[in-house]
Amino acid sequence: MAEKESLFKEFTKGIVIENPVLRLVLGTCPTLATTTSVRSALGMGLAASIVLVCSNVVISALRKVIPSKVRIPAYIVVIASFVTIVQMLVKAFTPELDEQLGVFLPLIVVNCIILGRAEAFAGKNPVLASAVDGLGMGIGFTAALFLMGTVREVLGAGSFLGLSIPVLSQNPMLIFILPPGGFFVFGMLMACVNKLAESRGKPRAQLRGCDACPMAATCKLHNEAAPEQPAEEEATA
Amino acid sequence: MELTKGLVAILLTAILTQNFVLSKFLGICPFLGVSKKLNTAVGMSAAVIFVMALATAVTYPINLFLESRKLGYLQTIVFILVIAALVQLVEIILKKYIPALYSALGIYLPLITTNCAVLGVVILNVDNGYNFAQSMFNSVGAGLGFMLAMVMFAGVRERMESCDIPKFMRGLPITLVAASLVSVSFLGFTGIVEHIFG
Repeated sequence: MAEKESLFKEFTKGIVIENPVLRLVLGTCPTLATTTSVRSALGMGLAASIVLVCSNVVISALRKVIPSKVRIPAYIVVIASFVTIVQMLVKAFTPELDEQLGVFLPLIVVNCIILGRAEAFAGKNPVLASAVDGLGMGIGFTAALFLMGTVREVLGAGSFLGLSIPVLSQNPMLIFILPPGGFFVFGMLMACVNKLAESRGKPRAQLRGCDACPMAATCKLHNEAAPEQPAEEEATA
Repeated sequence: MELTKGLVAILLTAILTQNFVLSKFLGICPFLGVSKKLNTAVGMSAAVIFVMALATAVTYPINLFLESRKLGYLQTIVFILVIAALVQLVEIILKKYIPALYSALGIYLPLITTNCAVLGVVILNVDNGYNFAQSMFNSVGAGLGFMLAMVMFAGVRERMESCDIPKFMRGLPITLVAASLVSVSFLGFTGIVEHIFG
């Protein structure tokens, strides 16, 4: 029973408390770029989730085989293989989505969330827990993208999932679909989440500079060799 | 003449109208993370330009090879590994032979190995069907555009330090809203390259 409960915890933490986008501030590039419409946001979320779950499972299964010195390249190969598979599937079955996501589909490889979860969780935990963790994080990522996509499509195009909304579609605020709107909506969502978190006594989301970047591990090794680390100065705001 | 015109158009497009950070959303992590001070912003961008140019020069022949063998689907996996290995190699070489350059760029190199901007520019070059010269101009332009955005944004952030910001907007939210305004300014360049080069 206790085991089941902890699995459930792994699952839910990714959705709300440790939401990868809104709380851990990971994977910001696809969050900003693919949320111009609800459809592409959902497509991106789904594609990344599939890669995340599969790579978490494989990496976790291989965790005792991969020597820790070469683990980052090994993780990258595993992740890149799944990205290639997803890329082929999307190209074959939903070419329209492939066009919308464009370069961001292959760029799932360097999505901080996936390498981050491999490094932080799947490399240390059993297969089932890793799969559940990946699923939770994937759903959290998709939910955050969906939220942003909804705000941007409703305000910027006056439609939802391609269906036009009566009053809004007459004078859509185009700026919300353009790049500045992405930054703006993300900033506002972040402020809302921070307010919510603060009212519950949780710490606010921080961009953790180097920590968030997929190469954090290599970088830290490097930083030990060179004592000064000007890249990491983001802390108290 | 026509050739140079095309190349300059690619360069200007990559820097201004299709700025990598502000309109393509590539390399947001370093853009938000390392832009707090001007000197780190410049160091990081210099390293990005360097790695982008190098990665393009190396992946171009590799891509030709892959395509000649009908292995185009291996692109993603090969590119990311080549870039990762390349950056490590450059780091080692710089450390040993050009310590001055290493001390300037070295700290930023591991950060950008799997940066989406570097892989992004390489993939975009292939997707757009650019030849070698066009690819190089596009990559350098993308790097310069990254530098421009970083430097501008570092200036904005240094000014923001002393502002009285509402409590819940402090930190990341206000940074993103500021990025939005910087991005608006880049919208002003829309169409300028087409206008100059017809």
